[in-house]
Amino acid sequence: MADIRLLNVTKSYGKHRVVEGFTIEIRDGECFTFLGPSGCGKTVVLRMIAGFEQPDEGEIFIGERLVSAPARRHYIPPEERRIGVVFQDYAVWPHKTVLENVIYPLTIQKVAKEEASERALKTIAMVNLGGLEHRMPFQLSGGQQQRVALARALVSRPDVMLLDEPLSNLDANLREEMRFEIKELQKNTGVTILYVTHDQEVALAISDRVAVMGTDGRICQIGTPDEIYEQPIDPFVFRFMGVSNFLPLEEREGRLFVRESAAALDHPIPAGREEAVRKGRLVAGCRPFDIKLMPPGRGTQGVVQRSSYLGPIIDYAVTVGGTELRVQQSIAEALAGGGPLPEGSTVGLHFPDLKWFEQEGELTQAGGAA
Amino acid sequence: MIGRLLKRLSIAEVLLALSVLVLVVVVAVPVFLIFWTALFVDGSMNIDDIVKILSEPDTYEALKNSIVIAAGVTVCSTILGVFFAWLVSRTDLPFKNTMKLLFLVPFMLPSFIGALAWKMLLSPYSGYINKFLMNTFDLADPPFDIFTLWGIIAVETMYLFPFVFIQVSGALERMDPTLEESARISGAGLLTITRRITLPLMLPSIGAGALLVALYSLAHFGVPAILGNEVGIYIIPTKIYEKLHQSAGSFTAIRTGTILASILVISAGLILWAQSAILKSGRFQVIAGKSMRPMLLKLRGLKYPLLLVSVIYLAVTVLLPTATIFLVGGLKTYGLELTMENMTLDNLKYILFEWQMTKDSIWNSFYLSLAAAFVTMLVGTLISYVIVKMKIRGKFILEFLGVLPFSVPGTVIALGVILTWSGKFGINIYNTAWIIFVAYIARYMAFSLKSNSAALEQVHDSLEEAARACGATHWQALKDIVIPLIKPGMVAAFFLIFLPALRELTTSVLLYGPTTRTIGVAIYTLNEDGETVYAATLASVALVIIVIGHFLIKRVTRTSNEGV
Repeated sequence: MADIRLLNVTKSYGKHRVVEGFTIEIRDGECFTFLGPSGCGKTVVLRMIAGFEQPDEGEIFIGERLVSAPARRHYIPPEERRIGVVFQDYAVWPHKTVLENVIYPLTIQKVAKEEASERALKTIAMVNLGGLEHRMPFQLSGGQQQRVALARALVSRPDVMLLDEPLSNLDANLREEMRFEIKELQKNTGVTILYVTHDQEVALAISDRVAVMGTDGRICQIGTPDEIYEQPIDPFVFRFMGVSNFLPLEEREGRLFVRESAAALDHPIPAGREEAVRKGRLVAGCRPFDIKLMPPGRGTQGVVQRSSYLGPIIDYAVTVGGTELRVQQSIAEALAGGGPLPEGSTVGLHFPDLKWFEQEGELTQAGGAA
Repeated sequence: MIGRLLKRLSIAEVLLALSVLVLVVVVAVPVFLIFWTALFVDGSMNIDDIVKILSEPDTYEALKNSIVIAAGVTVCSTILGVFFAWLVSRTDLPFKNTMKLLFLVPFMLPSFIGALAWKMLLSPYSGYINKFLMNTFDLADPPFDIFTLWGIIAVETMYLFPFVFIQVSGALERMDPTLEESARISGAGLLTITRRITLPLMLPSIGAGALLVALYSLAHFGVPAILGNEVGIYIIPTKIYEKLHQSAGSFTAIRTGTILASILVISAGLILWAQSAILKSGRFQVIAGKSMRPMLLKLRGLKYPLLLVSVIYLAVTVLLPTATIFLVGGLKTYGLELTMENMTLDNLKYILFEWQMTKDSIWNSFYLSLAAAFVTMLVGTLISYVIVKMKIRGKFILEFLGVLPFSVPGTVIALGVILTWSGKFGINIYNTAWIIFVAYIARYMAFSLKSNSAALEQVHDSLEEAARACGATHWQALKDIVIPLIKPGMVAAFFLIFLPALRELTTSVLLYGPTTRTIGVAIYTLNEDGETVYAATLASVALVIIVIGHFLIKRVTRTSNEGV
């Protein structure tokens, strides 16, 4: 088992800098996730840790071992890094059976035949593929192939496991099932896991800690799933963690208003944000479920533009001043309030859980994954 | 020892260096020497001389003939290819699938053997058809003369039109039928649709096929040599041959050869460039990946007449020449009537068991093709691997060199290896089998690269990386994962080289020595020496070998595909 440390790692492709001054420490035995939009460089970082790519600058340690240090022309090839890698496209070898795939790392290590096949069979059972040892990959479903890949990565008891979007080719149900299994496997084996994904749900579900990465390859925030979700450091992180609303605000006569509108907010100016308010840069963020709907006249006034029935919930688009918000209400709540609100009706909004941000660039409304 | 050295040098660098070395030695140096010899005399550039040589009547005439023949063959092949492709993929012609396979048979037959057959049938006074017509209708002059530009164009067209046929019928079948259907819904008639929708969509494929025909025709030796040399019709490759043979290697002759060869290389490069431009422009066109069922034109009353036309066409272009070769090959003496009592098996016995020259030629062709196919396959795998899979500085050199084999015609390769391997660099293998072997590698490298890179592109990078992550070294990953996965591509490359090499003529005819004739060369020289019957006998042996070979490939490639 080992930790992973990256110090000032930089990587460019031609003139395009993908990763710059990247420093991070992944602790021994934790499940750590790089979460970011596609093209943010998270896979490149993983590939540098695996040794498939070499950094231009910086140092990478796995445990106490320095594995990449371009300045010293030091480079340990992937096969000597004692890692397990699971790829997005499974990369199960099509010409080998399940057992042949899983036993391969042990064959390379020249583990005695009997011990090797015993360990391989045990690992195959661990990923719930018992009985399928002699199948060829084309006879397996996508989920089963991904389990083969997992078993193959685990069988040699690597120090660290690197998983590159391993679930994104699976359907929704299987994805949910597999992420519990990965979590379970980690608990049982204690291996350090680095998991790369653009799916915030998976990241929240399996990680001990998450690093949210921006489009420019920089780390926006590192924290536990709870910290990232509840205390996002900026609008980008907030938006990335789910459907999000932003209200640009300004101050008039000591009260907060939605910018350039008559819609007042029933909330005092938050402590420590006076400066931002004065500069007209205060923005409030909230999730669709964190907006309470009330009869007109109470709270902030809005107009229902659209109302969609989504089974257990109702999804509204409500305009407040010039800003459109996504609001969600459970069916039970809607029925208690006299049924879903018709389009065009006026409604009062209450915001019990606002996150405060200072605006830097333009904000897109209701962004993020639905 | 070597292992330790390899470990110190990164494997990537070793592979790159090896690949570059092979391509430089086998292809780049010969081509470079051709350009150098063409441009420089005694170390200084001499353009006047080039102009002078090109304006000499016999070189000028050869250039003109090349263009006329290539243009004629291209136009005829395109018309035939598009027509037959449309017939088998867009109409309700009976026995379509069988017909489709039959239209590909001309591909299998060596065109110089076809030319030989047509010479026997249509040469002015001794051709069987001419004699028959003159006797029957009491004509004073023979009605046909195959020894003309038109004769050459006709015979080449018979064997080259499948290039267009394959491209166009493939594209017609993959075309998204909804495009035509929507035109139909808008009220367009079938003719309008064909003219306004289908034809424009097919243009890239038609263009690509036509350019391929032009390229082959320009570089082709066999047909114009057999039908043109006797009456003084030369094109670039045959002129190069004539210059080299007449002058026994004098410098002026070689220089003229290199100038003509340079023109060939440049034209081939331009044609390939145009082709890739056309294909690129057609890439985003609406060709669906899946086979779909396009609407078929009902031929109604024309159904059977058109089938008859196709059958007659195939009978005349495939059956008739093949039968002629076999029949003439069995004759006691050339010129006798083709009747049973004039037939004998002695010719066959003689060339297979008694005559050293023909025995040698069969053996030479076999081992040269086998060795060249094997080596070229391996080297092609190596080079394709570096080009497709490796990330390494300096790869662009290899990518550039890798394109070269595609644009170097066989005649040029032969001339290039003569310049390179006749002692200039301390190695003289002229007149030995080695020079043919080296030339074959250069000539068929393109096939190997194509087949191997196609196979390698199917092997996703992550499969190899997964092996590395599992602890395998680069060598082990190659051995355990990559090679087993691309084996079908390698097998295909082997046969793609072995079979054409077996019947090769264009390159070997410039390189053969007293004991190193190949089958193609033996047939060609027998014909040149007037031994028409023995030429036909050997040609029939060649045809039998080729047919068996094709049959074997089908079986082997099928089983090796099933294995994975």
